[in-house]
Amino acid sequence: MRPLFKTIVLLLGAGTLSTGVVSSERLDAALAGSFVDNGQATLDRLEQDPVQQACNQSRSTPPDPAIASNLRQERLDAVVFPLDGEFLGDWQRGAEVADNGRGLQSSDDPEQPNGGNCYACHQLAPDEVAYGTLGPSLTGYGARGQSEPMLRYTWTKLWDTHAYNLCSHMPRFGAQGILTEQQLKDIMAFLLDPASPVNQDL
Amino acid sequence: MIKKWAWLIGILAMPVLSDDGIFDEYRDLMGDDNPAIFVIDEGEALWFEAQGPLDTSLERCDLGLGPGVTAGAYARFPRYFEDTDSVMDIESRLLHCMQTLQGRERAVLLAKPYSLRGDLGTELEALVTWLAAESEGAVIAPEQAHPAEREMYALGEEIFFYRAGPHDFSCATCHEQSNMRIRLQALPNLTNHDAAAEAFGSWPAYRISEGLVRTMGWRLQDCFRQQRWPGLRLGSDVSVALQTYMAVNAAGGVMTAPGLKR
Amino acid sequence: MSRIKIRAQQADGVTEVKALMRHPMETGMRKDQSGEAIPAHFITEVAVFHGERAVMQGYWGAAVSANPFLGVRFKGGAAGDTVKVTWVDNQGGTGEGETTIR
Repeated sequence: MRPLFKTIVLLLGAGTLSTGVVSSERLDAALAGSFVDNGQATLDRLEQDPVQQACNQSRSTPPDPAIASNLRQERLDAVVFPLDGEFLGDWQRGAEVADNGRGLQSSDDPEQPNGGNCYACHQLAPDEVAYGTLGPSLTGYGARGQSEPMLRYTWTKLWDTHAYNLCSHMPRFGAQGILTEQQLKDIMAFLLDPASPVNQDL
Repeated sequence: MIKKWAWLIGILAMPVLSDDGIFDEYRDLMGDDNPAIFVIDEGEALWFEAQGPLDTSLERCDLGLGPGVTAGAYARFPRYFEDTDSVMDIESRLLHCMQTLQGRERAVLLAKPYSLRGDLGTELEALVTWLAAESEGAVIAPEQAHPAEREMYALGEEIFFYRAGPHDFSCATCHEQSNMRIRLQALPNLTNHDAAAEAFGSWPAYRISEGLVRTMGWRLQDCFRQQRWPGLRLGSDVSVALQTYMAVNAAGGVMTAPGLKR
Repeated sequence: MSRIKIRAQQADGVTEVKALMRHPMETGMRKDQSGEAIPAHFITEVAVFHGERAVMQGYWGAAVSANPFLGVRFKGGAAGDTVKVTWVDNQGGTGEGETTIR
């Protein structure tokens, strides 16, 4: 019953929310009136893009399949791969990116590099016990090898996870400009290089 | 080979490493002690202190149970007030009383409501802490009789799941699943009654890492900072709505504040 | 000179003093972001007075955590008496707090 209701609501217009209880006017007014620019964290950050719109419509349940597959394809088409064709950087730098939880907060220095904060959600190097569980363990990720498809798959997950898993909780590190191309290459190495601590258990 | 198996067994044998598990030991050592006790005393003193151009105390402040009734009042927030025709959280209600009873200016009160690192605590934090202590043991029972109060719950639910900002974070990103943690910090599932009650009922809390008591209003503001959202305004619709959402999900639970947190 | 938050309560001939001190209690072992050691800065002596009489004298070191919370019980003390807590740190800083026993 609920999926049918959602489809009808979505077809009626982008302005309607899936619950119908809180109007989009009320929501927009509440958002506009409740926040202020704070350092680099400005109000324009609340503007919605297609991924956020689709995922906010459906909340925790997966979005309508027709909409989902189109959006996933769009995200996949928009992935920017390294121009020089080199996917792997330096795993030691990658380890730092994974460990660094700063970046883009009002309290952060915009001059400093952003971090990936990977340990917030994932287990990575087996000797690091301070890891979160919101995402799957990535320990031993390098066992997957470095075939071209695996490199492209891993890069895509980091760039924009919604290309494969629409409405995943994971941030879009490439598509949203959180990490630079070099930082992403370094994370790739941290995950895939056999010498990386992530793969020392193998 | 052996090392690999040992690791596997080690992982299976280990209980889910939760910050709160380790912290429980710390809490046991502290017993009934909580550095928040000093802030409670400060809050009580501030309630009875004549201040502002009108040189009046907050003793006639109506927190929903009648002027000056503080016992159990915190546990009924957020709630609708006729005199302001709005749903208010405890902090905005206190600011309202400071303005109307004491004649103090809102802009000045809002300039620095919360402590910065290294500060010794603000007036608002102390008052909220004392009022929470006046509700210690009370049943969490936010008012939901008025349509505006119910509307706040619906808005709160909507915002809770609303993803935005460069990281696409909503409250739900961290707080809609059970038994998860970020690094080693256990994350309460705020859509679940028991977890919501435990979480909501333990704020305001003395935070060891800061040497300060922090309020729920501050906690929301800090969550949005970490979510890479812009700055949350004190007593705003979003703040009140989210507090309503959590309080209603927690309803029936017991206030244990002021709490003790890392 | 740093203020100490302090509370003292007596019951059945025993006074319980609780005090919260604001102090970084820096061990001297930590390094800042540029790799420089952060200088040691911690309370070395702490004392609790009932009136003029010292009821506790403590010698602390780097092992005590930041913003120490101290609890002390001593025999005696009546409601209205003064209790004072003082500290000195390794950099010559001091702290003091006073209250009356409830």
